[in-house]
Amino acid sequence: MALAEDQSSLKSASEKSWHGIVLQTLKRNEVRLVPYVPDRVLTPLIKNLHADPFFTTFPTAREEEAVGIVSGAWMGGMRGAVLMQTSGFATLANVLASLAVPYQIPVIMLVSERGTLGEFNYGQALVCRTMRPVLDSLAMEHHTVTRLDEFEFIIDRSIKQAVTTQAPVALILSPLLTGGKVFDK
Amino acid sequence: MNTATKTPARNTKVMNRFDLTSRLVAKLKNEEAVVGGIGNTNFDLWAAGHRPQNFYMLGSMGLAFPIALGVALAQPKRRVFALEGDGSLLMQLGSLSTIATLAPKNLTMVVMDNGIYQITGAQPTPAAAVSDLVAIAVASGLRSSSWAADEDDFERLIDQSLASDGPTLIGVRIDDKPGTGATRRDPVHIRERFMLGLGVRQPL
Repeated sequence: MALAEDQSSLKSASEKSWHGIVLQTLKRNEVRLVPYVPDRVLTPLIKNLHADPFFTTFPTAREEEAVGIVSGAWMGGMRGAVLMQTSGFATLANVLASLAVPYQIPVIMLVSERGTLGEFNYGQALVCRTMRPVLDSLAMEHHTVTRLDEFEFIIDRSIKQAVTTQAPVALILSPLLTGGKVFDK
Repeated sequence: MNTATKTPARNTKVMNRFDLTSRLVAKLKNEEAVVGGIGNTNFDLWAAGHRPQNFYMLGSMGLAFPIALGVALAQPKRRVFALEGDGSLLMQLGSLSTIATLAPKNLTMVVMDNGIYQITGAQPTPAAAVSDLVAIAVASGLRSSSWAADEDDFERLIDQSLASDGPTLIGVRIDDKPGTGATRRDPVHIRERFMLGLGVRQPL
């Protein structure tokens, strides 16, 4: 009994972590295909996606390759989302402007935000500043998530809006949500 | 004119993109998907005859194989072909490793290699004089990769890919001719028609 309670509270804790919310919300919205270019902060999410047979998840060499893959899959009837870091988003202006936006393909992007709130690499801080202007210049929907209690609402509604309006969306996961990456060595 | 292709890396017959694309399209009897890369590759696909299962790229150079991979993963029972130029492939060589790892059985990739960026003024690619794209594909883990010796060999390799237990890549050396047609640049129409052709959407 005590063991069962422990397991239940563990499960509940995992579901209430930011990465647990991502996994459960993707699943509830039938988003099965999750290519990614890894990021330290995304590690627990990537690990849990690999462990769950519901998902087809794998690394790609570049972020735009992953956007191409989920775009093809969408047209073939399978929903997908791409995981990346801020610097990876900075490589996407061409594919967003020439594929996702004009073809009206609901590419769902989860971007682990580096470059702010304690960044230790000046290059990361600079590349982060290019992200929102690119999104705004294409009039793309995007949200910066800072609070765990709002996260499920934002990601669930954003996926549904992307699919129904056939428009890509970027969810920027702030260090306020994830803890971010800190200088340790 | 095009000396770039006269290298040991490419010693097969110089063929023509539109002729090869027409030969491929003539073989398609089972609503196979075909993704045409940016520029001449999809112009010739357009000119070879409109099919609802054709997807025409209007940008995002280098993503024909990743887009086709996505279609192949979403619809494992449908054969998916991707037509890509050599310059485009050079932009996404990493995608060859991704495809080799996922190893979809229903994906056939064709690289149209003239060694030049024909559409921008026929400048040689950085690979033209030194690199063998099929060897790169093999080294990326795509074991079923080969140059087509001539048109008959191309058709044989296409047929062979249909029965393969993994992805296939076919390199074809082509001349420096421009594309034959010009795709109508209406991205939403292209995407919607493709989804209808794949059975994902129903007609309005």
